[in-house]
Amino acid sequence: MITNDTICAISTAPGSAAIALIRITGSKAYDICNNIFLPANKKKELQKEPANSLIFGTIKDKESKRDIDEVILSLFRAPHSFTGEDIIEIACHGAPFIQNEIVNLLIKNGARLAQPGEFTQRAFINGKMDLSQAEAVADLIASQSESSRKVAFQQMKGGISSELLTLREKLLWFISMVELELDFSEEDVEFADRNELQNLVAEIKEHLDRLVNSFTLGNAIKHGIPVAIVGHTNAGKSTLLNTLLNEEKAIVSEIHGTTRDAIEDVINIEGVTFRFIDTAGIRETTDKIENLGIKLTYDKIKKAQIVLLLADVNDPDNKIQEAISQVSEKIDFKNQQLIVVINKSDLLTKEKIEKRFSTPAYKELKEKVSAIITVSAKYHNNINLLIEELLKTVNLNAINQNEVIVTNARHYEALSNALESIIRVEEGLENEISGDFLAQDIREVLHYLGSITGQISTDEILGNIFKNFCIGK
Amino acid sequence: MLRSYDIIIVGGGHAGCEAAMACGNLGMNVLLITHDMDRIAQMSCNPAIGGIAKGQIVREIDSLGGYMGIVTDFSSIQFRMLNRSKGPAMWSPRSQCDRILFSRKWRTILESNSNISFWQDSVEDLIIRDKSVHGVITKTGIEFFAKKVILTTGTFLNGLMHIGSVQIEGGRISEPASKGLSDKLQSLGFNVGRMKTGTPVRVDGRSVDFSQMEEQAGEDSFYKFSYLPDSGTTLNQRSCYITYTNSDVHSVINKGLSSSPMYDGTIQSTGPRYCPSIETKIVTFPDKSLHQLYLEPEGESTVEYYLNGFSSSLPSEIQFEALRLVPGLQNAKFFRAGYAIEYDYLDPQQLYHTLQSKLLNNLYLAGQINGTTGYEEAAAQGLIAGINASLNLKDQKLFKLDRDEAYIGVLIDDLVTKGVDEPYRMFTSRAEYRILLRQDDADVRLTPRGYSIGLVNKERYSLLQEKIRYRDEIINLINNISIKPEQVNPYLKSVNSSSLKQGVKLSSIVTRPHIKLKELGDIVEELDRFYSTIPGERFEEIIESAEILIKYSGYITRERKIADKLHRLENIYIKDKFDYSNIHTISTEGRQKLALIKPETIGQASRISGVSPADINVLLVLLGR
Repeated sequence: MITNDTICAISTAPGSAAIALIRITGSKAYDICNNIFLPANKKKELQKEPANSLIFGTIKDKESKRDIDEVILSLFRAPHSFTGEDIIEIACHGAPFIQNEIVNLLIKNGARLAQPGEFTQRAFINGKMDLSQAEAVADLIASQSESSRKVAFQQMKGGISSELLTLREKLLWFISMVELELDFSEEDVEFADRNELQNLVAEIKEHLDRLVNSFTLGNAIKHGIPVAIVGHTNAGKSTLLNTLLNEEKAIVSEIHGTTRDAIEDVINIEGVTFRFIDTAGIRETTDKIENLGIKLTYDKIKKAQIVLLLADVNDPDNKIQEAISQVSEKIDFKNQQLIVVINKSDLLTKEKIEKRFSTPAYKELKEKVSAIITVSAKYHNNINLLIEELLKTVNLNAINQNEVIVTNARHYEALSNALESIIRVEEGLENEISGDFLAQDIREVLHYLGSITGQISTDEILGNIFKNFCIGK
Repeated sequence: MLRSYDIIIVGGGHAGCEAAMACGNLGMNVLLITHDMDRIAQMSCNPAIGGIAKGQIVREIDSLGGYMGIVTDFSSIQFRMLNRSKGPAMWSPRSQCDRILFSRKWRTILESNSNISFWQDSVEDLIIRDKSVHGVITKTGIEFFAKKVILTTGTFLNGLMHIGSVQIEGGRISEPASKGLSDKLQSLGFNVGRMKTGTPVRVDGRSVDFSQMEEQAGEDSFYKFSYLPDSGTTLNQRSCYITYTNSDVHSVINKGLSSSPMYDGTIQSTGPRYCPSIETKIVTFPDKSLHQLYLEPEGESTVEYYLNGFSSSLPSEIQFEALRLVPGLQNAKFFRAGYAIEYDYLDPQQLYHTLQSKLLNNLYLAGQINGTTGYEEAAAQGLIAGINASLNLKDQKLFKLDRDEAYIGVLIDDLVTKGVDEPYRMFTSRAEYRILLRQDDADVRLTPRGYSIGLVNKERYSLLQEKIRYRDEIINLINNISIKPEQVNPYLKSVNSSSLKQGVKLSSIVTRPHIKLKELGDIVEELDRFYSTIPGERFEEIIESAEILIKYSGYITRERKIADKLHRLENIYIKDKFDYSNIHTISTEGRQKLALIKPETIGQASRISGVSPADINVLLVLLGR
């Protein structure tokens, strides 16, 4: 593979637009542009302009002596650029034929059309970013909501790498203490206090645990949070969805999943994407086909992060309560939320509703589920409460406070493996197993974390030991 | 006098002796040049072989057909298996040895090999033509010619000893340094560095009050270093003694610091961090109120003791004054003072894995000259250099051990890949796959390798096959024999293990702690019947190797899996594929290191210090992976 040539590509989306951006990077970027660009100010010379400046002028085909377009060039110079090489960005007018003509001119003058992802690859090769950051660039480009953009941006800035660095420091300290007991058991050194080790391992575990758990959120942010709606057809499902939509003036689209039989409504609420999945309901029946439908409903409940149980004020209390109990049984409350929504509240007076839903039976159920909310989808009553409840399930604080959130499946897998190993260390400490087995598990943790960013070498472990302990008989 | 040989070995220390025997046994015509025939395989520092990680190396040397294990067993006056309370990867054999018998036994072994000739002299120069070594020139002016030369000069290259302000040139007390050779090598492009090590005082046992010290006796067990059943000791066993320094001792030393060459700037070179002098310990860790000292007997009957923990370059009167404040040493007499020694070493990054020089053809380097410390590390290198020099002359494939195969593999890969910045000693933590490199199975790992190159004889190889046969059959029986509660519960109760409620396969109780395979023989007749067919002198060894494989199979399998996964990188060959100086995307340091070391594989490149994971990714991307 050649990496010292100069590459170019149209960086904005294809099609017509007001302006478009063409990017060129490589050691010949300035030479090539110089061949096709005439500065408006004749005194200026492209090669001599300072880095991080703009220059206005004309793109000209010198062969045919034709002016192509008036453009502004943004100038970057190695190594202070995205790719770490010289970069020029040509902002031209957005007509496709202009864009193509400029690219053709660049190629004619010695540039090569970039392959997909090649700019990022160069940045990676030039040490401008590590693997996890490079992966985040792809996510950032593909991000569809504000929250997913934030998460991807955070990762691209090296969030996960620096988080892992902290973790690595802790692990290094831990393994040094364990190795000390192994390689220097014959020396006159004091060995680690087991309680101290236990505390340290608990700390590391908590850290890993948080990162692993953040994947559920991270994944939800990236792909949308799955919300299963359970309720009978007359409860007003479509009105509710439309109301949510109008409330937020957000986009609703229909995704026809190739392997899914359900229709999903995707609604973007306050920068967070929710995927509403309709289900068949859970009415007990002897009907074979309907039973099959119930099974499908349960499958969907299992996959959802939030379950909306929709009922109607017209439903009798025993029916509502039974439905809540039934659905509750299928819910893993540690990882899932159950929100009970009772629609059509406009049919009863406020006092009546209050009285009806504060009986001991309902109070007991309220303890169990995340919330019971009475709404009127038709008149937009209490919809804000429902939205609040939906957003509660997303740890928005984590995103807004720039906590590291894992969104990449490869990272998730490595972190899960690391967590598994650290749990073995914890158990090992409890069972007082020998340090060499603890060390083996810790090395596995380091191995998995290393697969995300970098590696730890045995020299570091020894260095830490000699720095901190008096060795030598 | 014959003046031309296949292989000349310069130096008769632990590296030189193993190298000579390996070459001799592989049919080479060998000349061993040493400056003193009476100091063959001398233990210059403490009179002990083995220890944590080092003991495993000796077992590996033995498995490959080397001699250090046999000589150690023969001269052992105390044996201990260290770290027995830890997992089997940590069990490490260690022997106190009779220094004189150790040396004498080696000489007998060398002399019994008719392929080996001797010459007592000191080598001053190399005969070099066309970037190849063709022989050596000695101090007495004689030229010897050879197809290969192995240098194992230890601490003798420009050796300089310090006792206070007294400086003595030499490689050991009363032995001359080797001058000239390192200047010559430097002029040929070798990177020559300087290191420092030290050795403590020797004490007259007749003047020591042992009642004020803690006795540490050896253990009575079947363990030893060599896998050969007839190897062992008949010597009287002796104890070591432990005592401690105190604040009075420390203040005497503090007072003398100004006259320590370590602290007045005379000694600039790097000493080992894991073996600091007493003055360094007191300065670096001022909060420690005492340091352990350890008296090791120098022989079966001598009164001389080695005082481990008190290596020093302080003026001798300060050393003695401080020591007389140590419990038990109040009236001590000393045979000699401790001293520090500085010596030249050659950057091992200029070597291939075969220990052949990258700069000069037909030149091999082994032992302390490569920046290592320790008899065991030296011997291992001598063995590998000897094997490779011989195989090369026989046009056979080079001999390299992997990191998941032997500590020797870790040792040499570390040396040639990472270089050294202090005297290199082996630690188990240097090995990524500790549990795969146990002392109990060095023979299983390496004896077949030794056999395939002709260094291990048929007899040793058959012994291994027999061991494996017995071991596997034991594992097979354990996996298949069922046992009833009433049969085994009394035994389980006796070792505080919970009772069985129903019958199970033996394998399910063997994995419990405190359950011994050997003791199960007393309750399971079928097992006992098989046990009785195993040769008595190998019984314990064989049964333990089976026990470890059963008890720790979970750990072993997991480690094996990771090792195999990473092995992938060891199979991506990159030698001569890149012109590193032109890959500007790699950091300058990484580029320089890669160009210097010329790694064979991506795996090796990833272990070079200064080469970052990002650099490795760049190489992989460039390879199109």
